[in-house]
This record gives sequence, C-alpha cells and structure tokens, in this order.
Amino acid sequence: MIDGLSVQLAQMALVLSLAPLLTGLVRKVKARLLRRRGPPLLQPYRDLVRLVHKESVVAESASWLFRIVPYLMFAATWVAAALVPTFATGLLFSWSADVIVIIALLGSARFFLALAGMDVGTSFGGIGSSREAMIAALAEPALIMIVFTLALIAGSTQLSTIAALMLSSNVGLRVSLGMALVALIIVAIAENGRIPVDNPASHLELTMVHEAMVLEYSGRHLALIELASSIKLLLYVSLIACVFVPWGLAPAGAPLHVHLIGAGIYLAKLALAGVLLALLETMIAKMRVFRVADLLGAALMLGFLATLLRFVSRGM
Amino acid sequence: MLATGVTAIVLGQRRSPPIIPIYMLCLLLSVAGCANAGAYLIADNPAPSMMTLPIGLPWIGAHFALDGLAAFFLIVVNLGGAAASLFALGYGRHESDPQRVLPFFPLFLAGMNLVCVAADAFSFLLAWEFMSLTSWALVMVHHRDAANRKAGYVYIVMASFGTLALLLAFGFMAGPDGAYAFSAMRAHAHSPAITALVLVLALIGAGSKAGLVPLHVWLPLAHPAAPSHVSALMSGVMTKVAIYGFVRMTFDLLGTPPWWAGLVVLGLGGITAVLGVLHALMEHDLKRLLAYHTVENIGIIFIGIGLAMAFQANAMKAAAALALTAALFHVFNHSLFKSLLFFGSGAVHAATGERDMGQLGGLGRVMPLTSFVFLVGCVAISALPPLNGFVSEWLTFQAILLSPDLTQFALTVLVPAVGALLALSAALAAACFVKAYGVTFLGRPRSDAAANAHETDRFSLAAMFVLAALCLFAGILPGFVIDALSPATIELLGARMPIQEHVPWLSIVPIAESRSSYNGLLVFLFVTASALLAAWLIHRFASKELRRAPAWDCGFPDPSPATQYTSESFAQPIRHVFGGIAFGAREAVDMPSPGDLRPARLTVTLHDHAWEWIYNPLAHLVYAIADRLNYLQFLTIRRYLSLVFGVLVLLLAILASWPI
Repeated sequence: MIDGLSVQLAQMALVLSLAPLLTGLVRKVKARLLRRRGPPLLQPYRDLVRLVHKESVVAESASWLFRIVPYLMFAATWVAAALVPTFATGLLFSWSADVIVIIALLGSARFFLALAGMDVGTSFGGIGSSREAMIAALAEPALIMIVFTLALIAGSTQLSTIAALMLSSNVGLRVSLGMALVALIIVAIAENGRIPVDNPASHLELTMVHEAMVLEYSGRHLALIELASSIKLLLYVSLIACVFVPWGLAPAGAPLHVHLIGAGIYLAKLALAGVLLALLETMIAKMRVFRVADLLGAALMLGFLATLLRFVSRGM
Repeated sequence: MLATGVTAIVLGQRRSPPIIPIYMLCLLLSVAGCANAGAYLIADNPAPSMMTLPIGLPWIGAHFALDGLAAFFLIVVNLGGAAASLFALGYGRHESDPQRVLPFFPLFLAGMNLVCVAADAFSFLLAWEFMSLTSWALVMVHHRDAANRKAGYVYIVMASFGTLALLLAFGFMAGPDGAYAFSAMRAHAHSPAITALVLVLALIGAGSKAGLVPLHVWLPLAHPAAPSHVSALMSGVMTKVAIYGFVRMTFDLLGTPPWWAGLVVLGLGGITAVLGVLHALMEHDLKRLLAYHTVENIGIIFIGIGLAMAFQANAMKAAAALALTAALFHVFNHSLFKSLLFFGSGAVHAATGERDMGQLGGLGRVMPLTSFVFLVGCVAISALPPLNGFVSEWLTFQAILLSPDLTQFALTVLVPAVGALLALSAALAAACFVKAYGVTFLGRPRSDAAANAHETDRFSLAAMFVLAALCLFAGILPGFVIDALSPATIELLGARMPIQEHVPWLSIVPIAESRSSYNGLLVFLFVTASALLAAWLIHRFASKELRRAPAWDCGFPDPSPATQYTSESFAQPIRHVFGGIAFGAREAVDMPSPGDLRPARLTVTLHDHAWEWIYNPLAHLVYAIADRLNYLQFLTIRRYLSLVFGVLVLLLAILASWPI
C-alpha cells in the first residue's frame, strides 16, 4: 500500500517535471539537425514560469468556459499520464482506470480545448477546432483498435497487467503487435500535433491546428495548456515504451534500487524517443490537412487488421 | 400494479384545460410510478406480480405483469415523464395551442407505461398503437406548418407498418391455438422457421419505432416537430419502449436466439451508430441534430443487444449478461441525457425563437445556467469520463473484448468491425457535440434574437439540473445501476454481472479485477482535485490578474459575427472525409470571373441513401400498383360479381387442398 502510494506519487511528480524537458530536448535536437544552436534544454521551464507570472488577457467575447478549460484540460491530461506506467508497474491507482479510460480522458481534454477554440468567436479558433475534431474522429477509433489488440493478447485492458505480460517475454514477436506499433506511432504523431500532421512551431495561421485553437490564450492559461501538451507527448512516449519496450520497468513490490534503475532506463527511453521524433520531424514535410485523413485511415486499418488477426487466430 | 392505476387516473384527467394542474399531476404520477418500479428492483427477492383484467379479447382477458425488465423500463419511462412534466410546468406556457398538447401528453405517458406492463399480445399491441397515435397527435400539434404535416404523414405510415410487423410476429408466436398470453408463448417451443420469421418481424416492428437504419427516416422529421418536452419523451423514452419490445420478444418470448440473429443485429447496430452520428454532424437545426443523434445511440444499444444474443446462443452466460447490462445501461443513460439536451434546445427555442444554429451563438453569456447543464449533457452523450455515457460504452467495449471465444467464424470477423464502428461513432459524437455546443452557446451571437435572449424559467432549469445530476450520479457510481439491472438479466439470461456493491472503493468490475475495472468516482475526484490544485497554486503563488481586451485573432479581428465558424463549416473536414461514402456528397463552387459583381457560391449536395434507394422506389411501386388497381373501381356489377365468385372458388380450393 505504502509502496504503491509512493510509486504513484513519484510517478505523478515525474511526469509533471519531465514533460517540459522532453519538449525542450526535441526542440534542441531539431535545431542541431538544422545546424542551428537552438534554445537551451531548459527553455520550456523558463517559458512556463514567465507565462505563469504574466497577466492573462481574455477576449471580450469569451464566456466562463474559456477560463476554466485550461485547468480542466491540464487536470485530465495529468491524471491520464499518472496512470501510464513509466518506470514501475505497481501504481496504486492503476485499477481505477484502464487504458480505455486513459484514452477517454485525453478525449475529454481535447473536447474542452476544441470548445475553447470556438468560444471567442474568431475564424482561426473555429479552423483549429474543426480540424482537430476531424483528426480526433479518426485517431481515437484507431487507438481503440490498438487497445483491442493489446487487450486480446494480454487478456486485460489494465495497462499494468499488459506491461507485466509484455515484460514476462512469453509474448514473442507477433504480426498483430507489429501492426499495432506502427498504428500507435502514427496516432501518437497525429494526437500530439507533430509533423507531418501539424507543425508545433508553425507561425502560418492557416496551417495550424492545435496552435490555432489556443490562439486567444495568454499568461497562466497558456502556460497550463503548453504544460498539458508536453505531458501528452510524454504520455504517448510512456505508453509506447511500457507496451512495446517494457524492459527496465520495475515490477510491483520490487526493492528501491530496481525502481531507481527503472527510472534511469526510463530517462534513456525518453531521450531516445525525443531524438527519434526530432529526426522524423526534420526528415519529412508537413502534409496537406486532407491528406492527414489518409494517414490516419491507414492507422485505423492497421489497428483493425491487427484486432482481426487476434480474433481469427490466437497465434498471430 | 400501481402503474395501471397511474394510467386509469391519467385517463380520467385528460379534459381539463389549465396547464399547471395537468403537468403537476403527470409529475406526481410519474414519480410514483418510478418509485414503485424502483422499489421492485431494489427488493431482495422480487417476485413478478401478475394481474388479469376482464377486458380485451374475450377468451383471455388483459394480462399485466411487472418483472425485472418491465420495472427497469418503467423507471426509464417515468423518470423521463417526470422530468418532462417538470420542464413543461415552465415551458408549457410558451405553447401557442396548449389544448392540442394537454390531452395527449398524459395519454402518451400512459401508453408507454402500458406497453411496459402488458403481458399478452393483444394488450401489448393495443398499448403500442395507443402510444403511436398519441405521439402522432403531438407531432401534429403545429399542423399548419407543411413540414410538420409531412413529418406526421411519414411517421404514421412507418408506425402502422411497424405495428403490422409486430402483429404478424405475435401471430406466429401464438401459433394456431391463439395462445396470446406471454406466459403461454414463453412455454411454447418455437420451430426454427417461426423463430427466424418472428426475429425478422420483431426487428422491423421494434426497429422502425426505435429508429434502426434504414427504418429511421421518420425519426428526424417527427421528433423535432413536436414541442420540446414531447420531443424529449419521443427521443429519450419512446425509442426505449421500442427497445423494450424487442428485448421482450427476442430474449423472453422466443427463448435463446439463434447465433445469426446476433450477427444481423450487430451489423445493423454498427451501421446505425455511424450513419446516425454522421447525419447529425451534417445538421444545422439543433433539434434535428439531436434527433439524428438518437439514431446513433439506438445503434449503440443494438450493438449491446446483438452481442448479448451472440453470447447467449453460444451459452456464454456471463458475457451475455455483461453485454445486455451494457445495452440496458445505455438505455438508461440515453434517456437521461437526450431528455436533458432536448430540454436545453427547448429552452433555447423559447428564449430566441430559433432552432437553426446559424442564427444562434453566444448564448453562454446570456443563458449561463442553461449553457452549463447543456454542457453536462454534451459531455455525457459524447461518452467522456467521468459522466454516464462513458460507462455504458466502456462496458460494451469490455463485452466486445470477450467475443474471440465465440465459435462462429462470421461473428468473430464481424465483431471487431463493429467494435471499430462503435469507436468511430463515439469519436464522431464528440465532434458533433463540440459543434452543437460551440455554435449555439459559444462565440458571438449571430442574430439579434440570440443577443437579446434571457435565461429560461425555474421549472425548466430544475428539470435540467435534476437530469444533469443523475448523469453525474450514474457516471461516478455506476455500480448501483448495474446492480439494479441484475433482476432483468437474471430473468432473461439466467445470469448476472458480478455484484458491484461490495467492490472496494465503489469501482465496477465487469468480469474480474485482473481483467479490467473502472472507478468513475476516483477519476472524477482526481480530475477535480488536480484542477483545483493547479488553480489554487497559480492564483496563490503566481499571478491572478486578468485583463479584458478585444479578441486577438492574429491581428485581424473582424467585427462581423458572420466570420465565425458555422455549423456547416465546422463539419466541412468531416464531410470531406466521410461524406463521399455516406451521403454521396458533392461540392460545386460557382466562382464569378474577375470584375463580375455577383457573389461566389458554394453548393453542397448530400443524399440520404435510405430515401433514394429504399423509400422512393417503394413509394413509386405503391403508386404504380395503386394506379393499376384503380381500374377495379370502375367495373360493372356483373364483373364485380364474377370477380367475387372467382375469388371465393379460389379460396375454397386453397382450403380444400391445405395440408392439415
């Protein structure tokens, strides 16, 4: 009980504190790949602190919803991230929400952010919300299909159980797992608004999705939304890591040094994922918004095929 | 048997003109009916109670029975009825023709109650038809509007057709002996051919009432035509009575369904869910959007029912109980949030006189309370945690994950496809309600009516807040609802989900804790606590200054509210992706050449395949046959007599050669 609680609290603090670092790392590596010096690694933290201390400017036409959405979005994302195993599987509250709930929590965060985009009544907010709705309408079912595949292999939708099974190494290589991994990477890229789906560094309004929705935000509200976006990126990396490369995860009830090793390995995984993401973003160009549907449709089909394979054959 | 008493008193009261007493009475009677049914479900060892009245068919009388399934649906009906009555206490005052609504509203409630307690085919069909006719009268309240007349016409045709199918279904189940009582049908073993026929007919009869694709076409026409509290009842409750009819006929009266029935129901459910929500996304009339969205939820419920059929046919009782519980839970949930949303649309309509979202916007500032409860309804219907819509979808997903154990290959291929359709419809539902809420309540007002609206009255608000509270309750404490559903699943399937009452921390566990569990209460508390913590920390230690300023909009703010995203423009990316397949959508751009002063036009054409492929050809066929038969009206008496004689001889010949 005490073990579980401390792991849970450590995890919550860890995701909160590491998330801006991951964002900073991706930015730094991207800049180095373009032969720029880039902002310092810790720049996202400085940005957050500066934003939090500024006054918030709220548009005159904004309603009450506009001011509570950042808090709701941050809370939903943080709770979701706290339930994905990062360095240990023995999370105290892992039974309170399985992976479908985690997806749905992220869905709630997006639902409210899309509403906030519509709130001020500008055309850019609407553009962002409607495109986000289209992307989500394809990414979410793809994600559910991936979850089905994993759940059918593990016989459970609890992330801790799935991770423990993957760790036990009697799963082996499977076709369906490979498909699920590819689909999950596509979904993760789309959900986090990375290139080729959306450009987080974009300053050309018509190409923006996420940034267009949050265009009217400033000050502490913007800080929370930025933090939530970083946490979401971290969450997806953790999700991929704990299901597909679970090595190093400390099992429930393991002694302290195993947990510390787990945390170290987790940091290495994060760094690797950040470098790979930066590499991918540097290598390819952003696609047109309606091509995104094809990409996500492919992810949905892969997830569906993987699930179908699990349904018709136990071995695959 | 209080429920029949309810109907008797309601029937007696129907002619008095004042609004308040009638709705008060409906409210009280509905609450009483609800309490009665609730007491039945909570009781430790509920025994079905039966009653026979000496009315109806002379040799059997009218049977009424209250069992677990009936009690659950009585709760749904009467909860919706009570909320609608409370809402109507305020909303009913805006009605231009109250004398056209008042007599039929209690009768409609009584009809739905009677369907749930009827225990023989005759009284069931009578109550069913009664329910259809009273609701038809309510659809036709504003009959001077041509669109409403058309809606009423389509509705009455579909309703008669559905009742005909049910009549035949009961006829087949009763057999040649005329055993019309449900108890006799239950005891009777039906041959496979009869079972197949009855299943198809029940699907047509109940499906047409519930709005199963392709029998849904009347629903988006008829539901919005009625006054809003009646729309809420039709969409939130009457479609559920149809579900009741289907579950009663298939699981209870027919016994174990064949596996292919699960296949058919699952397939139809999946298609219904996705098409319903896509249609809803394309709508810009708030009430029609909600009505189309009912079609989606009916699809989700039928997916649960289809899964339960498939599991039951394979003797997987625990899984069947899980699937049926998920379906019934969604029945309960949908009756709550759909009523809530229709009330909200009624409040908006009363405040602005508009149903077209293109004329609304910015209502969140002038109607803060309505906008808050409407938001709760939107979150609930979009299946987002921690509200109730999520729980029933989560349970359905858990049931789908049990289906690789099904033995039929066709089912194992179809079930993941249906799972994908279910996930797709859930995601599209969220998009649909971002649109509905965002265009109506957020942004800037698009018309003077929207800018000058006022908060709605206290009764309407009370009704909406009660429903919103129930949505939250069912979402964070779903275990109680699941336990209350167990009498119904025990009766129908002989199994139930694990008892949830004793699970620590009020979690719900569908099969086993190692497999999956969900705790809405904790998720709700965690999210609230983190949000409050973040807000407190930032306000305490950083900055809490706030400045109001004109919208930024990248430096180009346009003062005209017409530059905002509208309902059509919001749905444009989704229409681009799905519209080609689902609606045969075509876009035509008419761009005038430079120097030409005429405005550019974008024309979008959408096709409803159900109308074009099924109903229009059918209508043409009927007209063509009627044209031919018209000839029979103008014969001479000799020809008529010879025609009659010929038919008589033919019938006698058939009778003589009939194998007995």
